Amino acid sequence: MTQVYLPRTLAELWSYLEGKPEALVYAGGTDLLVKMRTGKVTAAPALICLERLAEIRDVRETADAIRIGAAATHAELLRHPLILTHLPVLTQALHTLGSPLIRNMGTIGGNICTASPAGDTLPPLYILRAEVELCNGETIRIMTIEEFITGPGATQLQKGELLTGVLLKKPVEYNFHHFEKVGQRKSMACAVASMAALLRLSPAGVIEAARLSWGSVGPTVVTAAVVEDALIGEKLSLETLAAAAGKIKQIVAPIDDVRATAEYRRSVSGNLLLRLLDARPPS
Amino acid sequence: MTIHFLLNGKKTTLDVAPDRRAVDVLREVCGLTGTKEGCGAGECGACTILVDGESRLSCLMLAAQLAGREITTIEGISDEGHLHPLQDAFIQHGAVQCGFCTPGMILSASALLNRNPNPSRADIRMGLSGNLCRCTGYQKIVDAVAATARREEES
Ligand SMILES: Cc1cc2nc3c(=O)[nH]c(=O)nc-3n(C[C@H](O)[C@H](O)[C@H](O)COP(=O)(O)OP(=O)(O)OC[C@H]3O[C@@H](n4cnc5c(N)ncnc54)[C@H](O)[C@@H]3O)c2cc1C
Ligand code: FES
Ligand code: FES
Repeated sequence: MTQVYLPRTLAELWSYLEGKPEALVYAGGTDLLVKMRTGKVTAAPALICLERLAEIRDVRETADAIRIGAAATHAELLRHPLILTHLPVLTQALHTLGSPLIRNMGTIGGNICTASPAGDTLPPLYILRAEVELCNGETIRIMTIEEFITGPGATQLQKGELLTGVLLKKPVEYNFHHFEKVGQRKSMACAVASMAALLRLSPAGVIEAARLSWGSVGPTVVTAAVVEDALIGEKLSLETLAAAAGKIKQIVAPIDDVRATAEYRRSVSGNLLLRLLDARPPS
Repeated sequence: MTIHFLLNGKKTTLDVAPDRRAVDVLREVCGLTGTKEGCGAGECGACTILVDGESRLSCLMLAAQLAGREITTIEGISDEGHLHPLQDAFIQHGAVQCGFCTPGMILSASALLNRNPNPSRADIRMGLSGNLCRCTGYQKIVDAVAATARREEES
């Protein structure tokens, strides 16, 4: 039988982890329980639930940064005024994640640690240059999300370590946030391909700064400086976007699976760029 | 493990394995078979319950997580012999066919109306998008929820 602990403070959590180093961290359980049931994760001697740990569940701001507690649920973040105000690209992605039920249970920390190529919070977090804060009760490590996620389902998380928070600079220099996911249906569908974008548009519609990322079209989130460079300094137009779309199709490395062929994913990666034209804020 | 919680308004104490799924505890230990299991993997919403008023999937919850919570299942939503307005509306609008999705639909709808008493049809579709129905085609379910919202507003 697996023990289940429900610590209310981090101090309690560290003492449980010390007593049961093989214990697994259990946030919303929407990935972990499914994997335990299908046998992809073998039964652990203990599960340590994060749901009652207020310490790592809130969202805080300083003058120029936002800190999201790793155990905040997707639904909490979706309703959070700080996220909506400063990180609309993340809000847009959260809208497409799972279903209301999955969003009530699943957490941002779980989405990051699962490190699925289709994880919907990841493309926004990459272009927001998010950092993750890892703690083992004694030492804290901070690294970029890009460093943290090393492959599909693989991260730098060490045994005994907890993801405690996600640190983000307010992206004040960007005035256009965009996320779009293409799946087989709108709700509860894993992404066939997705794209997150942060742009700064001049009043004349010239792209002055750009960060872009794609989900589900490579082993981890794909970013491409050449595509960003192709956009910067150009007017946001169909020609500009089509040229950039040609470039990203060369860069992504999708696979064939039950949801889509690699070829289809490649086209969608480019076509998602074209949508920036329809999504741009009214000038 | 001994767990204490409020089940449909009643103080409840159970001695169960902490890693048993909440859906199994509710159905097999508490005998509340209104909560259904469809997929057992988070995809269908048949196992929806309310935890402190918020919709959750009981197939992805462990017994230990019930501790200290206020749990509502479909059995607890009506008032001593009076149907809940949503139950009434589901019947009126023919929103129940085989009925397997209905408990989950009604609990998700009630969580939705608590948060947003005046939802658009699009809000209703979005709010129920984690609950699958193989029979009705959803139209009548959305009608029933919209009618309940209108009725509450009028009264
Ligand atoms: C029906 C269904 C639909 C879904 N749809 C989507 C979707 O559209 N998009 C999407 O991106 N995902 C989707 N998911 C996957 C899942 O819901 C998300 O990845 C979710 O964010 C996982 O969070 P969780 O809190 O439930 O993680 P858990 O299942 O609790 O944990 C996942 C993993 O991360 C570890 N972990 C969790 N938190 C921490 C922490 N703070 N520190 C260290 N380790 C930690 C756990 O040990 C475990 O290995 C879906 C899942 C289901 C069942
Ligand atoms: S049985 Fe829980 S979601 Fe299907
Ligand atoms: S009424 Fe049969 S599944 Fe909805």
